[in-house]
Amino acid sequence: MSTKMPYIRILVIGALVCLLPLFLSSYYMHIAILVLIWAFLACAWNIIGGYAGQHSLGNGLYMGIGAYAVAYLVSRFGLTPWVGLIVALVCSAAAAAFIGWIVFRYNLKGAYFALVTIAITEAAVYVVSNIPQLGGAGGMQIEYRGNSLAFMQFSGKSGYFYGGVILLVFILLLTQWYRRKRFFYQLIAVRENEDAAEALGVDVVKAKIKANVMSGMLCAVGGVFYVQYFLYVGPRSVFGEIVSVQILIYAIVGGLGTTWGPVVGALLLVPLSEIARAQLGNSFQGAHLLLYGAVMVLTMLFMPTGILGAVGSLRQRWQHRSATPVVDSQGGEAS
Amino acid sequence: MDLNFSGEVLAQAVASGIMLGGLFALISIGLTLIWGVMKIINFAQGEFLMVGLYLAYFLVAWGHIDPYITILITVPFLFFFGIAIFRVTISPILKDPIMNQIMLTLGLSLILQNLALVLFSANVQSVRTRYSTWNFDIGSVVISVPQLIALIGSVICTVAIWYYLKTTDSGRGIRASAQNPTAATLMGIDVPRTYLLAFGLGSATLGLAGSLMIPFYYTSPTVGLFLGLIMFIVVVLGGMGNLLGCFVGGMIIGLAETVGAAVLPGSLARVFTFTIFIIFLLFRPQGVLSRRQT
Repeated sequence: MSTKMPYIRILVIGALVCLLPLFLSSYYMHIAILVLIWAFLACAWNIIGGYAGQHSLGNGLYMGIGAYAVAYLVSRFGLTPWVGLIVALVCSAAAAAFIGWIVFRYNLKGAYFALVTIAITEAAVYVVSNIPQLGGAGGMQIEYRGNSLAFMQFSGKSGYFYGGVILLVFILLLTQWYRRKRFFYQLIAVRENEDAAEALGVDVVKAKIKANVMSGMLCAVGGVFYVQYFLYVGPRSVFGEIVSVQILIYAIVGGLGTTWGPVVGALLLVPLSEIARAQLGNSFQGAHLLLYGAVMVLTMLFMPTGILGAVGSLRQRWQHRSATPVVDSQGGEAS
Repeated sequence: MDLNFSGEVLAQAVASGIMLGGLFALISIGLTLIWGVMKIINFAQGEFLMVGLYLAYFLVAWGHIDPYITILITVPFLFFFGIAIFRVTISPILKDPIMNQIMLTLGLSLILQNLALVLFSANVQSVRTRYSTWNFDIGSVVISVPQLIALIGSVICTVAIWYYLKTTDSGRGIRASAQNPTAATLMGIDVPRTYLLAFGLGSATLGLAGSLMIPFYYTSPTVGLFLGLIMFIVVVLGGMGNLLGCFVGGMIIGLAETVGAAVLPGSLARVFTFTIFIIFLLFRPQGVLSRRQT
């Protein structure tokens, strides 16, 4: 397969998806936008969680920084969200670099890393709830100004939809491009065997911090998009354990450390959960999270590498059987 | 921000902190046993406590059973509940990477949380028992009797588990399997059974906690979210698998919460707790009492 093929695939699928607004009603457009937001966030998490193998349970923090930076600057100072976006990128990069620097320098990994990231994002809930300028526990709303690209607001759903498609295509191209770069190979080496990577001259701490910053900044972009779409942000809607877990579920179910995995996961789970919420929401509050929990347990029990991981190893076994004696030692990863 | 640092407020905060610390120690014993000793990660431990709290709540509120007698039901129930969960979900992936255990038990916690939401609604529920308002004064400090009982229960439970691990055959089996499963197998210990037993025991302590807490605490589907995190914090502070450390860790966090709440405005005391946790993880991951391990 040509090396250009994965990029072409992303662009073609992206272009085809752009036709969807012609067929979808407003309700399904809403679901499609949610799929795009969560797929984007899951792709962003995938960099630190999937490729670098550091399962952060606190990426809601960066999403929240993005959402709050924009909400604050727009609602208090009337600035355009584009300025907010830049502030969000700077703040999230600083936070991710600082957290990464402390956590990785002291060599916290596995369960400890997961716990620290939960603790930080939970702490953020309480910090933000106590700052009246940020709306306290009630959160903040952004005024609706009608169709205006300067304020990242659109009158219909399709504006947000195209915005989401552009973001998702961007992050997929970015991941695909990095997959062939030294940096991601370093991350994968760190994930597979940290000591061996170190012995081969990889600056493990630096690679992990870089991955954290990249993932954090992209999550902040997702947060900006989120707040522009809902025009509201509250402490528990971005920070906190549940949101962070939700982000990573899509990546894990779809396939960790694969370009398309997070998209597949979100595509499968978000509509399912939205339909569950719509159908059962009144009598059956929490139905969608119940579903997520069940899917997560089943994935871990029967398909720990996720859907694409399972597909990849099936394909590999198939190729192996159809007389190709060469076994790709990398294996398991569908591109 | 005004600091109201009067002696009376502080004395009350310290007394309440010790009570709360006892409670935190009590709920964390199970985790220090299964995570610290057996190296099984259970992110659903907080939700197990929620199950214990709901069970105790319904026994007291609907069954009109004395909360301290419900121990006879909650402890065995949580023991078998833990064993069932372990058998079905955790034991198949025991040899998988640690992250898979985390993800699986996170999934379990989502299931339990939202099952409770479906069955019992999001309402915070508490029950008034005749013990609920019992209290006595030492000087200006008010001590609540049910909280004191929970503290005593926590001490007894810690000592009992310590004694069990040290002296009984099955307790020694748990420690042996944790140290070296292969050698333990060669010594004739049924290691899978030991894991099962430890997990059941770790879960049973939360039945006890549920019964002891219900006279003065509340229950809700999300109660385990915060208390679950507290368990991890206490266990890390105390040093993994260190029962005495677990007690000390509980006290530190209990005091941090109450003294923090007396000094800091709003709910910022929580931030204080999390900060202590992060600092400990970074600088003393082996816990307050343990010596550094390699």
